[in-house]
Amino acid sequence: MDHLPYIAASYALGVLIPGCFAVAAFLRVGAARRRLAAIDTRSRRGAAR
Amino acid sequence: MRLSGALVPWLAAGALVLIAIGLVWGLFFSPADWQQGDAVRIMYIHVPAAWLASAGYAALAICSALSLVWRHPLADLAAVEIGPVGAGFTALCLATGSLWGKPMWGAWWVWDARLTSVLVLFFLYLGHIALVRAFDDPVRGYRAGAILALIGAVDLPIIKFSVDWWNTLHQPDTITLTGAPHMYIGMLWPLLFSTLGYTLAFAAIVLTRTRAAVMERRIRGLLMARASAQEPG
Repeated sequence: MDHLPYIAASYALGVLIPGCFAVAAFLRVGAARRRLAAIDTRSRRGAAR
Repeated sequence: MRLSGALVPWLAAGALVLIAIGLVWGLFFSPADWQQGDAVRIMYIHVPAAWLASAGYAALAICSALSLVWRHPLADLAAVEIGPVGAGFTALCLATGSLWGKPMWGAWWVWDARLTSVLVLFFLYLGHIALVRAFDDPVRGYRAGAILALIGAVDLPIIKFSVDWWNTLHQPDTITLTGAPHMYIGMLWPLLFSTLGYTLAFAAIVLTRTRAAVMERRIRGLLMARASAQEPG
């Protein structure tokens, strides 16, 4: 295969850039879900008192 | 929220399968070009990235219009979340274009109309990202970002027609919506797979980020409500 370094670099970027965005998005939504669940429970408990 | 939550796993799974098929097919089974040799395989990353750079900005402009005209709160959040993802795909398009240009043109960069207009698009994305975060009042940031996004949308037809309007080193469009593709079918299929796969990935990432932003807004609302309830008097 000719021009292999250019091709390999392109494919690496093509996997890494969207991959980083995807992992960051899933971690962010997971953290937000856990935080919201914790706050929501405390709010409901506070309202019940 | 419930619909997007159900949609994201399907979009992500479809994206993974289609990207894997497109890239493996493009890298190992599609033919080399008679003129460009194996460097043509960069196309299976570069073309989807270029499509999503423009399509992402079009989505950003539509959300901005929805936000300015109808004041839709979800449109603001979606526009803010599209910006960084679109900028990432535009950076991928520029980087893979450089990696393709060096062996083909002998230069990493030329001030060609297509390349320059895509670079302007990248700066528009960066400007939008900076502007929406530049105000203490987020609503003012959303408005300013929406105006910038709508003005910047003028760059999209310039990108599309730059290869027709000016003499460019960049080749004209090989695939158009109105005509038959000028491409061997053995190259067209993996390109379609990777383009569709990256499009689904883009949608899954933006939906996930927007869901997170909605939850974060709700968290802020709950914390503020609790703080005001605890205030004496």
